[in-house]
Amino acid sequence: MTILKSSVAKKVAMALSGLFLVMFILIHLAINLTLIYPGKEAFDAAVEFMATNPFIQLMQPVLFLGFIFHIAMGIYLEWTNQGKRSVKYVNSNPGAASSWASRNMIWTGLFVLLFLIVHLINYFVPFKTQEIHDHYALVTGLFKNPFYTLFYVLAFIGLGIHLSHGFQSAFQSLGTPREKCNKALVITGNIIALLVAFGFSAIAIYFYFN
Amino acid sequence: MKLNLKIWRQNGPNDKGRMVDYQIDGVESDMSFLEMLDLLNENLIAKGEEPIAFDHDCREGICGMCSLYINGEAHGPDRLTTTCQLHMRRFKDGETITIEPWRANAFPVIKDLIVDRSALDRIQQAGGYISVNTSGRTVDANNIPIPKKDADNAFDAATCIGCGACVATCKNASAMLFVSAKVAQFAQLPQGRVEAAKRVQDMVAVMDAEGFGSCTNTGACEVECPKGISLSNIAILNKEFLLAQVK
Repeated sequence: MTILKSSVAKKVAMALSGLFLVMFILIHLAINLTLIYPGKEAFDAAVEFMATNPFIQLMQPVLFLGFIFHIAMGIYLEWTNQGKRSVKYVNSNPGAASSWASRNMIWTGLFVLLFLIVHLINYFVPFKTQEIHDHYALVTGLFKNPFYTLFYVLAFIGLGIHLSHGFQSAFQSLGTPREKCNKALVITGNIIALLVAFGFSAIAIYFYFN
Repeated sequence: MKLNLKIWRQNGPNDKGRMVDYQIDGVESDMSFLEMLDLLNENLIAKGEEPIAFDHDCREGICGMCSLYINGEAHGPDRLTTTCQLHMRRFKDGETITIEPWRANAFPVIKDLIVDRSALDRIQQAGGYISVNTSGRTVDANNIPIPKKDADNAFDAATCIGCGACVATCKNASAMLFVSAKVAQFAQLPQGRVEAAKRVQDMVAVMDAEGFGSCTNTGACEVECPKGISLSNIAILNKEFLLAQVK
């Protein structure tokens, strides 16, 4: 356990939990896309599958722990890192050397966390506590609210920005040979970021207007 | 050239410190940034004021002694340039320039613009060397086959001058670029390979203990590094660290 005390090991843990969550979000996106195509029946079948499949049931607590770990470790690391420079610069120009996304992972992360809490209250809690027959209606119904849809879209743009840095950063933390892989990882990361940001947003906007 | 300077003044480690405004006239465009400060100090001494303390040594861009956070960037606005190699032609007549010391808890201010960077020395002492015996019946270095790519990468890592710009620039005051340059320099050569696992663990442990932050891969260090030390070295450090755990 002494290894986990190292800053390098903590970054590896952030990377692994982050990539695990990326996998989850892509599966989630694939299921949500069935709302539009093929449509209601496919979506309800997917929800039914997720609710009953034993492997998915097994993964649910793992996913929950993955979220808790990634969030708690992220906040802890940011908190301790902030404490490493007690006297701040009077004039600092960080934009000259690094991307906004890379410097603001904590803020995009916390914004997504806020969304996650609202999301759990809206879907997950009723899903677990009530007998819901029409999942399609529950999901699409909320998008009729313009404020909710706007918040939803902003949250996924935030997540997209988070992933645009997070994906390639995770591989760097895992020690992937940079010269060979970096270009491919940056491109893949950006594609995933765009998919997540536009994919989820498009679904929300579609149901707002339809 | 006439300039307005905002410079950090701090009498000692326990003084709170403050930004002080100075006006300077007669700056020539071919002066280096440090020569401009020399001129300012001569003016201050002539007026009976205390000159500004700043670090410098070779003034050739190779010793790593000069520092300074100029207009919000380590070693100023130029890339691959130490402060001593930054020239006043980079600035405009009448411009306001802010000059601050490196900011990191691991680099406490000694006086004015001078900070204590001995934390980097202590990381180096924890493993930034080889202890394999290379004396006695020494084999000619060229007799050891090393792929050119590895030799080039090791040499590139070895060009780190330990100035601390990476720490000063990093939003987390992380020393990962410095430490990774040292780790990668040795890890890619057969003589250094022997102790690679112990080296990376020992150097990372001291880095953490000295109060540097952790790396979040923003890449700012690589951009601001006057020697262009690559982020590839940080990936190598991470890999070496993980490999060392399973050894």
